[in-house]
Amino acid sequence: MPAPANLLNAAAIARTVRRMAEEIVELFDGTDGLILVGIQRRGVQLAQRIAAVIEATEGVAVPRGALDITLYRDDLQTVGPRPLVGKTDLPWAIDGKRLVIVDDVLHTGRTIRAALDELADFGRPARIALAVLVDRGGRELPIHADVVGKTVELPPEGRVDVQVLDLDGVDAVLVSRGSEG
Amino acid sequence: MSAAAIGKDLLGLAHLSAEQITLILDTAVPFKEISERAIKKVPTLRGMTIVNLFFEASTRTRISFEFAEKRLSADTVNVAVSGSSVSKGETLVDTARNLEAMKIDMVVIRHPSSGAARFLADRIQSNVINAGDGTHEHPTQGLLDLLTLRERFGSLTGLRVCLCGDVLHSRVARSNLWGLQKLGAEVGVCGPRSLLPNAIDELGVRVFSRIEEAIEWAQALNILRLQLERMQAGYIPSLREYNRVFGVTRERLDRAPRDIVIMHPGPMNRGVEIDSDVADGPHSVILEQVTNGVAVRMAVLYLLAGGRPELAEAAKG
Repeated sequence: MPAPANLLNAAAIARTVRRMAEEIVELFDGTDGLILVGIQRRGVQLAQRIAAVIEATEGVAVPRGALDITLYRDDLQTVGPRPLVGKTDLPWAIDGKRLVIVDDVLHTGRTIRAALDELADFGRPARIALAVLVDRGGRELPIHADVVGKTVELPPEGRVDVQVLDLDGVDAVLVSRGSEG
Repeated sequence: MSAAAIGKDLLGLAHLSAEQITLILDTAVPFKEISERAIKKVPTLRGMTIVNLFFEASTRTRISFEFAEKRLSADTVNVAVSGSSVSKGETLVDTARNLEAMKIDMVVIRHPSSGAARFLADRIQSNVINAGDGTHEHPTQGLLDLLTLRERFGSLTGLRVCLCGDVLHSRVARSNLWGLQKLGAEVGVCGPRSLLPNAIDELGVRVFSRIEEAIEWAQALNILRLQLERMQAGYIPSLREYNRVFGVTRERLDRAPRDIVIMHPGPMNRGVEIDSDVADGPHSVILEQVTNGVAVRMAVLYLLAGGRPELAEAAKG
């Protein structure tokens, strides 16, 4: 199997994150009532970076939360959970707010479905948007992202690995197309 | 159903590794947050049926399990001995097999006989969780005690914990002992010799015959209930005498060389093994134990219901 290709390096990720932050502000016509909710774990890291850009450019601190969707997965009975459940941390009341779910990779859409289910247990936001660093296609549910950093079409056996400095020691997005090469 | 992480059943802490115990404790931590939410429920075990099969009276353990099951969206059925077919002479296995024929997924069993949970687990397909069997083990109580201590002290390595009171009849004591030792704590026991098992010295514990010595040594006391219902004859002269010699009182704690965390698995005999001003005092973590009990039981249910990380990671989307 060929070695994974580097889809985005650190500089490209930084540029992409800046553009995503601008698009989010544009999408919501400002930052009023805006909350960024990162999906554990790398979505949380990306949400932090997007929030930092918005703070630097707009001069406002955007509240952030973290969502762990493990307990909302729809496949516990068939494939089982990852054993360790992560932390959900939504310290803000989300009723009437404008939420952006932030994740690293959008693939089947099942993670986002789970995230929407979990958010519904916390309240009723006025609007929820989705921002992802990489959309790799292969959707199994009718879900799309409002803000996309990079789009790449991969076969089902393909793989996208988003690496972030705080967790992986490096910023990179690696892509392998699987056995089809 | 697969359960690679901790096995098919949770029967005790004696057979679990330190890694498995730590996995359960780590998993319990995020489950505490669910009980803080306005909607205290996640869909994780939706569609699963869990039977709480209690052959002994129990209030807090049964309710704690029931909260845990309901907060994970499982369907629960409570079967108590009185009013069940057991009172008509049905055997434990027949009861469980009949329940299993109704397509249940898990059984939580409390039974007065040591080994009952193992006996059942060997004979049915459903996951079995031991909620206390005789004087053998009460693993979820042991786990919640470990979690409470870990929260208070950060680590159990080198921690000095003394189990005080009726160790002889206590399933909690055994689960605590195995769990604490596996996670690196030092364990002491303190009580009248008549309420300590004969071979207790061979289990690598320190034995204290005076509560003052235990208080001087320990960083945490886990005070065990005098199981009066199990004492047919003559283990102690009287309850008053027991309180005078072994009772954990404010006066005794005031003479301790350090702050001591006070635990009790409940229900308490106030004024016997523990005085009210200790049970309700600043060193007590008894209510934290109760809170942690729900989280630990949620974690155990969750891990038994799944636990194939390699497949789950591949299915992430």
